[in-house]
Amino acid sequence: MIIETTIGLLDDSELEKREGVIDNENEYSTWVEYWQHGVLVHRSANVKLKSLAAAKSEIGEF
Amino acid sequence: MANSAGMCSSFKAELMEGVHALGPGTLTPARTVSVPDTVKAALFLVTASRTAADTAYSTTGELAGTGSYTQGGVTVTMATAPSASGTTGIFTPTASFQWTTFTSSGAFDCCVLYNSSQSNREISVHTFSSQSVTSGTFTLTMPTNDATNALLRIA
Repeated sequence: MIIETTIGLLDDSELEKREGVIDNENEYSTWVEYWQHGVLVHRSANVKLKSLAAAKSEIGEF
Repeated sequence: MANSAGMCSSFKAELMEGVHALGPGTLTPARTVSVPDTVKAALFLVTASRTAADTAYSTTGELAGTGSYTQGGVTVTMATAPSASGTTGIFTPTASFQWTTFTSSGAFDCCVLYNSSQSNREISVHTFSSQSVTSGTFTLTMPTNDATNALLRIA
């Protein structure tokens, strides 16, 4: 697979791939990095937000 | 069946559609068109100070324009109108926000929604874990549009 990097298009076989996941009450996020000779040349991320506190609505009394 | 006090669920959804303008109003003229406003989403650095107390979008603390990221952010796709789910008014954009092939000007952890048709008035601030992008793509995937998960909910 060809990867867009800071030094141009490279085949992923030339790169070290690192991936991660963040899963907490606020979000489910994934990221992927490609490194070449210890240098980060590509990083992408996908964030899916979970529950943001809903605005509360109330009515008053007479 | 007894009477029961409460804010109408339909009213909560209609607020997000601009159906109601209570009081004399000084900010926005009465709506005479049915065209939705343009809402945008912009990304902010971890060093920024965006909060729910903000009233309008500004570029202060926003990612610099690099690659496909342009200051001001992307236009939000709104193919589905706000609705009521049970007693909650809900709205979720119908497409994810995505920026491709760019390198972020720094670490970022915030997305701001604002109404660019109404003097850039701010709608909401959403935070997430610190992210950065290097010659890559950043995607904010939308949650399920229901009473528990919708991006905007008025309970």
